[in-house]
This record gives sequence, structure tokens and C-alpha cells, in this order.
Amino acid sequence: MQIFEYNGSALVAMVGKNCFAIASDRRLGVQLQTIATDFQRISKIHDRLFLGLSGLATDAQTLYQRLLFRHKLYQLREERDMKPETFANLVSALLYEKRFGPYFCQPVIAGLGDEDKPFICTMDSIGAKELAKDFVVAGTASESLYGACESMFKEDMEPEELFETVSQALLSSVDRDCLSGWGGHVYVVTPTEVKERILKGRMD
Amino acid sequence: MECVFGLVGNGFAIVAADTSAVHSILVHKSNEDKIMVLDSHKLIAASGESGDRVQFTEYIQKNVALYQFRNGIPLTTAAAANFTRGELATALRKNPYFVNILLAGYDKETGPSLYYIDYIATLHKVDKGAFGYGSYFSLSMMDRHYHSGMTVEEAIDLVDKCIMEIRSRLVVAPPNFVIKIVDKDGAREYAWRESVKDAAVASA
Repeated sequence: MQIFEYNGSALVAMVGKNCFAIASDRRLGVQLQTIATDFQRISKIHDRLFLGLSGLATDAQTLYQRLLFRHKLYQLREERDMKPETFANLVSALLYEKRFGPYFCQPVIAGLGDEDKPFICTMDSIGAKELAKDFVVAGTASESLYGACESMFKEDMEPEELFETVSQALLSSVDRDCLSGWGGHVYVVTPTEVKERILKGRMD
Repeated sequence: MECVFGLVGNGFAIVAADTSAVHSILVHKSNEDKIMVLDSHKLIAASGESGDRVQFTEYIQKNVALYQFRNGIPLTTAAAANFTRGELATALRKNPYFVNILLAGYDKETGPSLYYIDYIATLHKVDKGAFGYGSYFSLSMMDRHYHSGMTVEEAIDLVDKCIMEIRSRLVVAPPNFVIKIVDKDGAREYAWRESVKDAAVASA
């Protein structure tokens, strides 16, 4: 029994022209059994920063609560929101704290930094950061996601085209993975608005 | 094998649990009540290791009561569920409790709700949920017949269908079940479904 494959997940974040998209599947399972088809894997840290957590659901929930707490404290002290780069460092530090008893999660962080420049990164379960200019993936469907994103990605996509690309990449990848799927959750974030959309894919 | 399942209806939530206390091949008793009344409007149906089940649910019950004494108002169902998850999560990497929980409650403002909390502290709000080997039958039965806004009669009919399915298809099927309901009038026992009656305990 693989601990990272206990609940099943699929996460992808992609960079566009002054915008980014972050998408996840909606299945919550316990190995072969599906428990729910409306599980939220992506959480908002602030209006311009989103965190997706793949892997073991219980650790994802604990980690999210700890990170939200740290961000709220930061907001009280600094009187402003955290930059995505700073937040990524915080996540990495929190994960490495548990180096010899880790959280079984792979986070995907996506945000708009200074001058509305999109920032995405992922890391492994012990906090090894991986910055990328185009897209990052995580979860049980990550191999399929790498292939789909690599072939569908184009530089400087507008929000609408980015939404289409991310959705197609997500749905086609989760269809090849039995542990993730049951629809999709896509957030497209521009400097002015956040658009949240639910996808209906193969429900199996 | 322990079977626990539950669903949310129109203004109420219903949970059913088997009532056999088993150690290896021996059935100690067939009228063990595994659904605890947490407070006036909450039920906690627990399955798993029997010592952990009793100790942990009593611990939660007493802490929920303490909150009410200290603050003068009862916890909401969501708050109680999150508290339970927190306790399970804290204990997870030290001294885990092997208890799976379905927490059903009724709040005046938000109506009935059901929370799925598994032993590794994965929390999710659901319309229908189940644990144990019986879940393979009861979840499928509920997927087929459940619709939102069921009346009590329809829900009890569905619960009985699930019990029939478990009795006929599970190899070591528990003979007896208890059904409890929670609605605006409070949490209470609804019925027992017995096919084997325990001999009455002789008075001392």
C-alpha cells in the first residue's frame, strides 16, 4: 500500500500572459473505494495566491491549516499579504521540519507576484522546491499530466485559452488514472479577478 | 465485520450501525450500541478497535460538554467535527486511534449535516457515508436509491434495504443493527433491527 496513492489526486498549475491557472480533480477515495466526488484540493491563501495539496488527504488538511495560520500571523505582523515566493519558502521550511517523519503531501503553489508576474512552483514531500516557467504537476496522475501539459502548452496564453488548455490537459490525464478524476476544479486568476469553474469529465 | 453507514435527509440525518462486539472468532454480545449521543443534537457513530472507540468517543463527548459549560452555547456540528479531526490528527503520529467516525448533527441555522472522519483524520462533509466491509454494499445501495430531500420514511426504507443487502451478501454479516436519527427535535434512537436476540441478563 503506497501512502501517496492512498487517497488519489491530480493537480496542475500553468502560467499564462499575466495570469495563471490552477486545477485539480475532485475525487476523494480510500484506495479502491470512492468516498466523495466534491473534494476541494485547492485552497485560497489570499486573493493572489492559491495552494493545491496532493497526496494523503489528512496531511493535506493539517498542512493547509498550519499554513493558513502562519499566513494570518504574517498578515497581522506585516500588514500585507505574503508574496508567492515567500510563501513557497515557508511551505518548504515547514515540510523540511518534518524531514524524518514527513507530511505525505506534494504542494503546488501558484500566485501573482510583483508587477502581476505569475509564479508557480511545486515541491516534494520534504520541501525540495521546483520552480518552473510554464507548468507544474503533482499527484497520482502526474506522469500523464507531464505529457499532456508538455504537448498542449503554449507561451503567453490569454485567460480563456489558458482555461481550455488546463482543462483539456487535466481531464485527459485523469482519465488514464483510476485514483483521480470525477470532474475537475479550475481557478483562472488574473490581476483583476478570480474565475472558479467546475468541469464535468468522465465520472468514473 | 463492523458496519456503519448514514445519510442526510430533509431536515434530519440518520445513522445506522451494527451491534455486535467481536473478538477474533467470538461474539461477546450482539447488542452493543456503537452510536453515541454526543449532545442534544449530535450523534457519533464509530467503528474500529473497541477500546479506542469507547475511549475516544467518550473523550470527545466530555470535551463537547465542557465547551458548552464554559461558553454557554453548544458547538456547531462543523466545529465538533473539526475538533474530532484535530484530536485524531494530533494523535496520529504519536498514538493513533483506530476509530472511523460518522458524525451526524442538526444545527438551527444550517440544518442537518453528516461528516465522514476516517481513522487517519481525513475529514469530509458528505450526504451519504459508510465504513467497513458493509460499505461496499450500503454505499452502492445508497448511490442507487438516494436523492436529496428524502423523507424519514424513504430514508428508513433505504436504510432497511442496505441492512438487507449486508445481511444477505456479507459473509460474516452482523445480525443486529441500531438506527438513530437527529433532527430539530434532537438526537434519539429510532429503531433496532434484530434477527438474533441476546438472552436477557439474569438479575443479581
